[in-house]
Amino acid sequence: MQQREFRLYKLAFLLPGLLILLAIILFPLLFTIRVSLSGWDAIVPGLDWAGVRNYAGVFADARFWQSLGRLSLMAVGTVLIQYVLGFALALLVWRDIRFRRLWRVLFLIPMMTTPVIMSVIWRTIFHESLGPANDLLGFIGLGPYPWLTSAGWAVASVMLVEIWQWTPFMFLLLLAGLISLPREPFLAAAIDGAGPIRTFFNVTFPLLAPVSIGAIIIRLIEASKLMETVYVLTSGGPGTATETTGYYIYIRGLRDFQIGYAAALSITYLVIMIVLLTIVAKLLVRVFVGGKTA
Amino acid sequence: MKRHAFWLTSACALATAAPAFAADIDYKAYGDYAQYGSAPDVPGACSYEAIDAKDYSGKTLRVITHAVPVIGEPTDLHAKQFQALTGAQVDVVHIPFGDLYQRLMIPFQTRQAAYDVMFYPSLWIGDVQNYLQPVPAAYQEVPGMKEVTQNYRDVATWGDQMIQYPVDGDRHYLKYRSDIFDNPEYQQRFKAETGQDLRVPRTWEEYNAVAKFFTGWDWGKDGRGQFGSAEVTKRDDLMFSAFISRAAAYTKNPNVKGGYFFKLDTMEPQINNPGFVKALEMFIDAQKAFPPGGTNFGLGDEIFSFGGGQSLMSYSWDDAFIQAQEASSPIRNKVAAAPLPGSTQVWNRDTNAWDTFETPNAPPYITWGWTSAVSKASKNQDMAFDFLCFFSNEANTQLDLQIGRFGVNPYRTTHFDPAFWQEKLGWDANTAKTYVDTLSGMDQSNNRVFDLRVPGVNQFMSTLANGIAEAMAGQRTPQEALDGVAAQWKEIVDRIGADRVREAYANVVALEDRGR
Repeated sequence: MQQREFRLYKLAFLLPGLLILLAIILFPLLFTIRVSLSGWDAIVPGLDWAGVRNYAGVFADARFWQSLGRLSLMAVGTVLIQYVLGFALALLVWRDIRFRRLWRVLFLIPMMTTPVIMSVIWRTIFHESLGPANDLLGFIGLGPYPWLTSAGWAVASVMLVEIWQWTPFMFLLLLAGLISLPREPFLAAAIDGAGPIRTFFNVTFPLLAPVSIGAIIIRLIEASKLMETVYVLTSGGPGTATETTGYYIYIRGLRDFQIGYAAALSITYLVIMIVLLTIVAKLLVRVFVGGKTA
Repeated sequence: MKRHAFWLTSACALATAAPAFAADIDYKAYGDYAQYGSAPDVPGACSYEAIDAKDYSGKTLRVITHAVPVIGEPTDLHAKQFQALTGAQVDVVHIPFGDLYQRLMIPFQTRQAAYDVMFYPSLWIGDVQNYLQPVPAAYQEVPGMKEVTQNYRDVATWGDQMIQYPVDGDRHYLKYRSDIFDNPEYQQRFKAETGQDLRVPRTWEEYNAVAKFFTGWDWGKDGRGQFGSAEVTKRDDLMFSAFISRAAAYTKNPNVKGGYFFKLDTMEPQINNPGFVKALEMFIDAQKAFPPGGTNFGLGDEIFSFGGGQSLMSYSWDDAFIQAQEASSPIRNKVAAAPLPGSTQVWNRDTNAWDTFETPNAPPYITWGWTSAVSKASKNQDMAFDFLCFFSNEANTQLDLQIGRFGVNPYRTTHFDPAFWQEKLGWDANTAKTYVDTLSGMDQSNNRVFDLRVPGVNQFMSTLANGIAEAMAGQRTPQEALDGVAAQWKEIVDRIGADRVREAYANVVALEDRGR
């Protein structure tokens, strides 16, 4: 078979898959970009041409930038805590402990629940009049705390729910990483007389760096879309204390029906996230691997 | 066969002794509705008998409505009945409140006839009016429609056309614990501590003062502390309506015409005038009397706080009152209704000064509620109007009013009879009388406040809610927050077009200024 014919043959096989990929990934993105260049709202139906007017609005929209700052804080905070907790839990059940399988399953349960449903349950738990959180803390002489009505507490509550829900994901990835580690470095460390702390910092942690970077990046991507928890728990309040970018875009797009503007917000947000996460990934590689690989 | 089965299963007994009524209707065949008894099928174009005579076999009616139960459950119920009577296929789509607006608007804007019948909040009329089929004259002549009170005819009207089909009546009013206000011990205690007589608040200042007095101690004598006021305060959860209720007293000056939210001729926002600022200051002050978590209360929280006996007073839609009057409620028949509190000081934007009123100014807020309409693009308009006519016929309405979770509240003259509430639901005389008097009294007012029924209403209201939330959380002063709202309202007006907003707002102002 001629080389050219073979290439065409390969292309013919690849083309359907490529077209589906284009339809699934590129079309919504391109359509959103087109919508963002329109003035589609409750009054102007459909795709007129508004040029970059929406983007100019985004740059002057203080509420959007504030929400982005808030989101960054919450996303980085929750993911770091998830990483530490997930790592600790993974180390715990990596070893031979009693009921290891049971613990592994138990630790995964929060991740398997539906975020919106769990947010409703957490809202009930945090309810300052009727919820059990203050009652339980009251038994040991603590509280009551304004879980959802004070800015600081509301941010902490949203973060707590996120940490509760997604630490299992971190746990799962890190545990998988731990299980796949070679035994030889640990044997060598033991022969050299390294204790558990030294073994962790000099062997386990470096060996798990690639998995750690992947897990943190995946969680940061997910955490940057934080919306359902805010929607259910606080509606972005008190004031704008817990208003994240996702929630703000939801309000602008689906509540206010400023479809064109919300699309511009979404595209801007996407670009910022791609840039930020790329920088974060580079930084993580530097921190975890010390710049040896990049 | 189908129809005969329906008549049998719906337990309709022929009323031979009363020829005016063909049969008694009940919902037993459709679920756990036996406790609500039956209602007579009043003859007319919308009656069971008349609808049964129609044949829509082979046709499909597509209905979009709210999630179950509020308005969604009666839609389902009446759809099944209509299907059984006419042979039509009725497809009902239930949508959560947060998604309902876009689910309506996208098909409208893309010219798809996705639904024949829509149930939605009536304040969206400014956005959807171009897509709605006016209610035909024949349907406006049916007896049930003629009993719709002026307020709810006005809510359904755009310009001089009725384009929404009234199925519900909503308003905000004050609910309070009558047993506590009537308690001599508490009356003495209040007098001793404040020097004032304890009475149902007539002004928002009195409301806040009474609410604060009854906060943090066990006046309910159930071993737990109770609180003065439960209000809807959660941002993006109808809080804007609570604020409008409070602001009406300070800003809806009966001597000033030409717009409440905007000055109609200039389209200058009034939302940051001293009246609105004062209302916001009072809203913030009231937080001292809220239950724990009260600054994050959605409508559901407000309903259960007042309805569950945690709070002395509340104001919003009917739900909290109905909840308090449920058979299992610990405060059943210990509650009463009253008009919203007012103010003796009312801002006059014409003179830029406060006007003083001897009798507190207390404009009723004819707030938005559930309404229905038929799409202009529907190919089944006759069937669609028949469905709405059937949905709201006398028998169905009488039964729906009794089922609190349905969200159907009084909107016809015949609903304002205390005997109905006493006999059908076992309310005591005082509760029924204050409820009926309060609700029907709003129909007598010449100083009504309506929602901002203009295109882009959600943009205006979410901006307002955000400003109020910022002030309530202490992030900005009331004046700063409302100045910010006014600036954003100007931007929204500019974006939509001042003439367009003015033209729509003129319809609202006409209702408010026309009086009754």
